[in-house]
Amino acid sequence: MSERVFVCRCEDVTASELEHAFAAGLSTIEEIKRYTGFGTGPCQGKECMAALARELINRGLSTPTQLRPFTARPPAEPVSFGALAAAPDPFVDPAPSLPQADPLGDPQEPPSP
Amino acid sequence: MSTATTLGSRDAKLPDELDLLIIGGGVMGLSIAYNLARNHPGAVKRVAIVERSYLVSGASGRNGGGLRMQWGDAGNVALMRESIELCRHLAQELNINLWFRQGGYLFLARTESGERRLHRNVAVHEQVGVPTRLLAAREALELVPQLDVSEVRVAAYNPEDGVVFPWPFVWGYAAQAAARGVVIRTHTSVDALEPQPDGGYQARLSTGERLRAARVINATGAWSVGINRGLGIELPNHPHRHEILSSEPLKPFLDPLVVDLETGLYFSQSTRGEIVTGITLPDPPGLVPSHQVELGSSLRFLSNVARALIRVMPIAKHLEPLRQWSGPYDMSPDGDAMVGPSPDHPQLIQVCGFTGHGFMMAPAVGRMVARWLATGESHAMLQRWDPCRFRDGRMLRREDMIIG
Repeated sequence: MSERVFVCRCEDVTASELEHAFAAGLSTIEEIKRYTGFGTGPCQGKECMAALARELINRGLSTPTQLRPFTARPPAEPVSFGALAAAPDPFVDPAPSLPQADPLGDPQEPPSP
Repeated sequence: MSTATTLGSRDAKLPDELDLLIIGGGVMGLSIAYNLARNHPGAVKRVAIVERSYLVSGASGRNGGGLRMQWGDAGNVALMRESIELCRHLAQELNINLWFRQGGYLFLARTESGERRLHRNVAVHEQVGVPTRLLAAREALELVPQLDVSEVRVAAYNPEDGVVFPWPFVWGYAAQAAARGVVIRTHTSVDALEPQPDGGYQARLSTGERLRAARVINATGAWSVGINRGLGIELPNHPHRHEILSSEPLKPFLDPLVVDLETGLYFSQSTRGEIVTGITLPDPPGLVPSHQVELGSSLRFLSNVARALIRVMPIAKHLEPLRQWSGPYDMSPDGDAMVGPSPDHPQLIQVCGFTGHGFMMAPAVGRMVARWLATGESHAMLQRWDPCRFRDGRMLRREDMIIG
């Protein structure tokens, strides 16, 4: 059985990769994200960021007041390109029209007058 | 050697006297430092890089990672052939996985003018000796069966173009430069440069430190305007915000990076499986150009990229973007970079103005600039990129293949 411990399951980042980052002198969450790729997968750091924060504090590399999460990236929830394509561009469509059909496939409310 | 300095640190000890101070720890500054230390050891002795944030914080960590020879101008084509050739061996040289993959670039033309551009490009590429060829729509479809090619008049394909994952690229240069004695100080900004009687500069840092440097490189890209203006140097480059996104990861299916010429849409699949995509988005009406770097993400970008992507590859309507971000292009008015001594400041060297395409050029530019610093040997592109050309009225637009 493998001894590897995964910290970020989305991007397969292991505890030993975090060790490399610490050894290279990196001590902020933003830097370590860019060094290991952790937190850039489908969970967007929801699973792994706290584990990294704990390690940085336990090792005395940072303090709770110094630590900052990495910048949250939109969209907050997954939305398909098909749905997004229905959002009008305010600078191209001077009078945004209603989408032809609800892109999410949910039953559509009739538009109020 | 202490490991604490290998990838840059706010504690890295800077010497008081430098032969070369590089401002900006992006791919350009790091590539120059690495090439100088590796190819010309001892030629320029005390070299330090000062980065105001962390490495990979600027445009070097925010771009799409595309590398292409398919430019409109022969100089850029030859430069990128060299850069891609260097990338073939760079992972070994830097001892890091760059996720470099040569899946080609596929340009699609849907209009007559686009068709003319691709015909013209392929003729230029043939002259330079780059293996770009024109494809009929059905041949493009063979390369990427998911495309809707019903509107495509012609396509251009170069199988040697490719993509990298930008982050390790930058770390690789940093680690190898540091291992060869380059000091990398992060989280420290250069607040002012004061010209000295001997032609060098005194740099005042945000930490209160003062350094003397015989020569200074401004490799801060879209952030370069502030440093230049502090010295009365007026160059016409300015930052321009561009957005980009990556999707949920998919099983590998897309070999080339695809560009839709008419909309400036590009999309590729990274080795990590994500679709990475962006588009040329006209500025909102009334937007005043700023010399400040603006970041931030918009729904307008998402909806525009979604419409363009679905038009070219309809199956993408089921795909979900995972994360979006933005970064600055460092726009030059003629589309050419600004590399070399500054007007009236021969010891302040600009390495700026790459107009959103500097990352792909950095391997070749780093080697060329390092050689020039060490030996004085020039290069046709360095003559062309002379930052004094604007003052002297020698600017000439040669390139129209600025994408994204």
